[in-house]
Amino acid sequence: MEKLFFKSVEDLSKMLAQKSISSVELTRIFLQRIKTVEPKVQAFLSLDEEKSLRQAEASDERRSRGQALSPLDGIPVGMKDVIAEKGQPLTCASKILEHYVSPYDATVTERLHRAGAVLVGRLNMDEFAMGSSTENSAYQKTRNPWNLEYVPGGSSGGSAAAVCAGEVPLALGSDTGGSIRQPALCCGITGLKPTYGLVSRYGLSALASSLDQIGPFARNVADLGLLLQVIAGHDDRDSTSCNVKIPNYSQFITKQQPCRIGIPEEYFSDGIDLEVRQAIENAITFYRKNGYSIVDISLPHTPYAVPVYYVVMTAEASSNLARFDGIRYSSRSSMATNATDIYFKSREEGFGAEVKRRIILGTYVLSSDHLDAYYVRAQKVRTRIREDFAKAFETVDVILSPTSPTTAFKLGEKINDPLLMYLSDIHTVSVNLAGLPGLSLPCGFSKAGLPIGFQLIGKAFHESELLSVAYQFERVHDFVQRFPMVA
Amino acid sequence: MTAEHIDINHIAALCRIDLSDEERKTLPGQIDAMLAYVQQLKAVDVQGVEPTLHALELSNVLREDKPGENFPVGTALMNAPEQRNNQIVVPRIVE
Repeated sequence: MEKLFFKSVEDLSKMLAQKSISSVELTRIFLQRIKTVEPKVQAFLSLDEEKSLRQAEASDERRSRGQALSPLDGIPVGMKDVIAEKGQPLTCASKILEHYVSPYDATVTERLHRAGAVLVGRLNMDEFAMGSSTENSAYQKTRNPWNLEYVPGGSSGGSAAAVCAGEVPLALGSDTGGSIRQPALCCGITGLKPTYGLVSRYGLSALASSLDQIGPFARNVADLGLLLQVIAGHDDRDSTSCNVKIPNYSQFITKQQPCRIGIPEEYFSDGIDLEVRQAIENAITFYRKNGYSIVDISLPHTPYAVPVYYVVMTAEASSNLARFDGIRYSSRSSMATNATDIYFKSREEGFGAEVKRRIILGTYVLSSDHLDAYYVRAQKVRTRIREDFAKAFETVDVILSPTSPTTAFKLGEKINDPLLMYLSDIHTVSVNLAGLPGLSLPCGFSKAGLPIGFQLIGKAFHESELLSVAYQFERVHDFVQRFPMVA
Repeated sequence: MTAEHIDINHIAALCRIDLSDEERKTLPGQIDAMLAYVQQLKAVDVQGVEPTLHALELSNVLREDKPGENFPVGTALMNAPEQRNNQIVVPRIVE
């Protein structure tokens, strides 16, 4: 059998439609692939084979009646373990949710069910999505399929690694400061953080509510559009969900529209690896030669994005994670002797080092003595960052930058230096602060064989433009057709 | 610019987390370093700038107040660490 697990969703969907393969056969192939590579990659926290095969059977049944629900009907999809799926674990890679089982489906899960997708299992991540390497998981360290000594990025490292290694053709992740785009870059696949409000957050365990978005991972841009199509759209159950018209992304992707691409000087500072800079400059040259106008722009408040982010995100996180109290639905310490003790001891035992660090920083910046100096000031600088983008988008349609200043780094390299780890997000956090869509696309490999990627940033709700610009690059390069030799 | 020093015991009490002796030693230095890093925000002129709470302009949308489907009690309590008679059990709070 040829390597079906590296085929595009478009191809697999065609095969299912032509009945040259059934969803049950396809699901078995992916489950087998998972068994083969998981001892090395360790992307999955849990699998439900029986349920997956039942969903696959139901899909085959629908197809035999000519009633396929969508192009994703019968296609396996992986879920970051931060998105609720009824009856499945939802650990957020934390000890405090070790025994938690979701009583309900997230809106995106419901939408995947309605599209006929086969949900095979739950993917590893940094605990409560706090991290850029997936090393903060309380359970296991996911490896980069291109080189097992390296991290897959984070926090959605399990989702990126699973798609990269051919364990699933599609996965969902969440992105608060770069947690989809940076792992997509590290693993050499595509990932999209949608505009804030495009995808419902109902059923997503909250890290920082004003920044979080669920988004797709895929092997290529067309597949990315297929998954976005399923999850995008208004939802009454998320008060920040926007009621906008959802375009047919697939129709837009292959159309080249006139487009001005902005290159922000602040994103090309000295801190960028030489190989990364070279690959990005090649991409810019490609666009210039292919009918796009390239415009130099400035986003002057870029240097303040990481400090703003670490104030706003930790403040919101400290508030959101107050719900894990050991009383209602998280693990309760057996050491507690009175009610207050339950909070202190359950949270001490249940949270890992990075989570504690961020809750404490967030509590500090929100405490009455420091509120104005940190939190309110950070929110004002956030306004400045938004204004920078608004001004830039008066003269350009899309902004192109590196996704991260480096390729994937080695396991253990940054884990003991929180500040150094935070700087992995230097090119992605502004996009969340401004609520804009951002897409990461592979554009090369380093001499060490690790993927390089660039980021496209768009105007709010202009995802179709990002997909189209990315597709024009992807279709004449072979970066997404290279596969890691995991097993 | 003055350096900030966190009172780790006070803040840990505010957020209801017990810390190990080891964490009490390592965390203050790490938090101080992050606060020092964040000090650079003081260099930005924010006179007259409105704070951003949300990236998009959102106004409050009210929906009709009509009852929908809810979880049965058993489902709502399925993840409670300790329960009895459809209620969550906690240690005695009032003597």
